[in-house]
Order: sequence, then structure tokens, then C-alpha cells
Amino acid sequence: MSRLLLLLCLLTLAGCGIKPWVKPYERARLADPVMSLNRHPVSQSYMHHVHQAREGTRGAEGGAGGGCGCN
Amino acid sequence: MRVQLRALIAIVMLAVPGLGSASVLPEDRADVLYHRYEGGGMTIDGPSVLVRKSFAGKVSVSANHYVDQVSAASIDVMTSASPYTEERKENSLGVDYLSGKAIYSLSVTESTENDYEASTVAFGASQDFFGDLTTISLGYARGTDDIFRTGDPLFSAEAERQNFRFGLTQVLTRNWIVSVSHELVTDEGFLNNPYRSVRYEVGGSYSFQSERYPNTRTSEATAWRSAYYLPWRAAVHAEYRDFKDSWGINAHDWSLALVQPWRDQLELELRYREYSQGNADFYSDLFPFQNAQNFLARDKELSTFDSSSYGFAVSWEFLRKRYHWLDRLGLRVQVDEYDFDYQDFRDIRVSVAVPGTEPLYSFDATVTQIMFTAWY
Repeated sequence: MSRLLLLLCLLTLAGCGIKPWVKPYERARLADPVMSLNRHPVSQSYMHHVHQAREGTRGAEGGAGGGCGCN
Repeated sequence: MRVQLRALIAIVMLAVPGLGSASVLPEDRADVLYHRYEGGGMTIDGPSVLVRKSFAGKVSVSANHYVDQVSAASIDVMTSASPYTEERKENSLGVDYLSGKAIYSLSVTESTENDYEASTVAFGASQDFFGDLTTISLGYARGTDDIFRTGDPLFSAEAERQNFRFGLTQVLTRNWIVSVSHELVTDEGFLNNPYRSVRYEVGGSYSFQSERYPNTRTSEATAWRSAYYLPWRAAVHAEYRDFKDSWGINAHDWSLALVQPWRDQLELELRYREYSQGNADFYSDLFPFQNAQNFLARDKELSTFDSSSYGFAVSWEFLRKRYHWLDRLGLRVQVDEYDFDYQDFRDIRVSVAVPGTEPLYSFDATVTQIMFTAWY
């Protein structure tokens, strides 16, 4: 966790000088449903259930979408 | 009973949606899913119903009812018990609150079956940064399990679980978005299956004793995901996940998916996934003698194995904008075929002269989903 917090701080500091290089009017493709990392939540949750029941791993499942400025 | 994994599943299933999409509340929709898993002597099916509704553009409330109807005659059951049926029900409630570029989430879940009860509370927060090109999310979940053993009214045990999550999603170009997520899970309590046994050598044969797991487990998983918009209207999704835990399990999986719409109403999805894991430190298919070590496991989910799966999904959307109270309806069918190949778990249903020389176990499974959705 400490490494993650350090990464978070570095990103925050680095972001002070960053200007968005993909403008809001250039994000139509990113907002297309085909690009969504979690288009059908109930189906995706079920597939995670199938994998977790048969495999020894767990965690970091699911889509972390967003960031496309789709509002 | 399929053990403590269920409680973990509940935690993950609950907490993920709240972290899903910063600055945009999840869309209003109702899903009715029929799911069916069939393979390795197991048939598990049932419904999952998810309803989500937003209010005033600020709050989104969701409710999920999920059922697993289990008919079990797996190799574990057939070699140490009798086939059985059971039912697991899970109910969850969640709320997401949108404030500026941040979403805060809270969800609770309860899961019950005849020999296992689990409850979970999950919190999440996500925030857009840098002109909405970057989304950072944090999450925490805490779960408590009560474990029982059918036919043994004196047996009762508990386990507690905590999940810590971090996620970062980054827009790289107008066609490409990537994300990385990391999750640490800690367990404490009764973590093994009260029904399962290990086998150990006795002379030229073998006998059984109960499994014995450590009372703690800590795991870390990191997943990288990518979605790329192709020159025509379609997308390629790729994912790689790396996993390790304090039990000595190392695993990774990767997957590819192509999402190809056709006109406005149809969509085809093709999927492929591979998974590989190494065994837990205390796993053995055949221990040399009784109580050979402090911890003992012969759970095939803790063995060394590979699996691969391929599948497709076809979606059809109709009645678009036909009624003012309904945006559209959708029907989706998805089928995935799995094969599991174990490298140190043997099929002891086969009689051989020398224990430990039985053929290695493998099986195929088919996962089917039929989903009806209303967007409103």
C-alpha cells in the first residue's frame, strides 16, 4: 500500500504541469459503449464468481472505467 | 459447500460497481440474468436480478438478488462424500453519490446458505483529474463469515476479510484507454473447507485426514486493462493480471476480446482467456504419511493447473425510444467453454497398483448466460 500511495503522490505532483492532450470534443470514441470496461455489470460479476470459485486467485477484478469526460 | 471463496466473491462483486465510472453515475437499467455453469460433475444455475435507478442526477441506488442452485457430484464430492444439492442466496444494496468530479459509494451484501453466512460492507471513492483524462479510485471492504458443517451441529467457525483497492484509469489517445488496479486482501479465521480431506500413504495404499489450512492469508493482485477503438466502429479489450499470496500461490491470466457492433441493433463479442497458477506451499496430492506437516491441503483450486476459455456473446437491442418511459430493451446470450488441466491433482476414481500414479485430472465446463435488460 505504501508504494501505491507514493505512486499516487507522484502522479498528483506530475499532474500540476499537465494539460489535457485529448480534448473533450475528441472523446466521442472513448465514450462509445463498445469501449466500456464494464458494459454489463451483472454479467461481469457473474464471470468473476465463476473464476473465483474455480481458481486460487482473487482481487483486482472488474473494470475501472471512466476518465473519458462523458458527461 | 464451496467455502470461503464465496464471501470473497461477495466482497468483490459488491465493491467493484461503485468504483466503475468516475464523474458519471452508472446508467439506469434493470437486468434479469439466467446463468448456468455445467462441468466437472457440477451444475450451478439460477437468476441474478439487478435494478439500478438514479435520482436528481446525484444519487444512484442499486439492488441485486442472486441465486446459485447447486447440484454437486464433482470429483471431490464423489471421492469423499455423496452428491448433494444446495442453494445460495445473495442480496445486496448499493448507493453511489456524485459530487463534482467524484463518486462516493457504499454497499452492503448478505449471503446465506445452509452451512455458510457472509455479510460485507464496502466503501469506495473515485475522482477525475487532469482534464478528466485520469481517474483514481480507492476502495475498502470488510466481510464477516460464519461457517457451519452439515450434520455436525457442534461445529461453528468464523472468518474475517478485508479488501484494499487502488485503481487508475488513463486516457492515452482519442482511441485508447488503459487502467491498472491493485487489490490487497487479508483473511483471518477458519479458511479451509470443513468437508474436504487430504490423502496420505499407508503401506501400499492410502487413507484420508481432514484438510488443515493456516488461519491467515494475504494476497495481492494487479491487473492491467486496455481498450482500443479500431479504425471502424469496434473495440479490442485486453487484460493481464498477476497474483501472489502468502500461501505461495503465484498465478497470472490474460484475455482478449473483440466487440463488434453490426448496424445499430446487433453486437457480437468474441473472447479468449488463459489462466495459469502454481500450487500452495502446503498442497500435495499425496502426503507421505499422516500429519506429514502443519498445514495440509488437497483442494484442486490450490494445485498447479492451467485453464483456457473461449466464448462469444450476441446482443440485440430493440424498441429504441419507442416509449417516453423506456430508452430501449436488450437481449444478450453469452456462451463460454472452459478446459481445466491439473498438473498435480490426480483422478483417484481410477484404481492403480501404486498410489500417486493415477492419471492427472482434467475437465471441461460450459458457462451460459441469457440476459434481458431494460434501459430507462
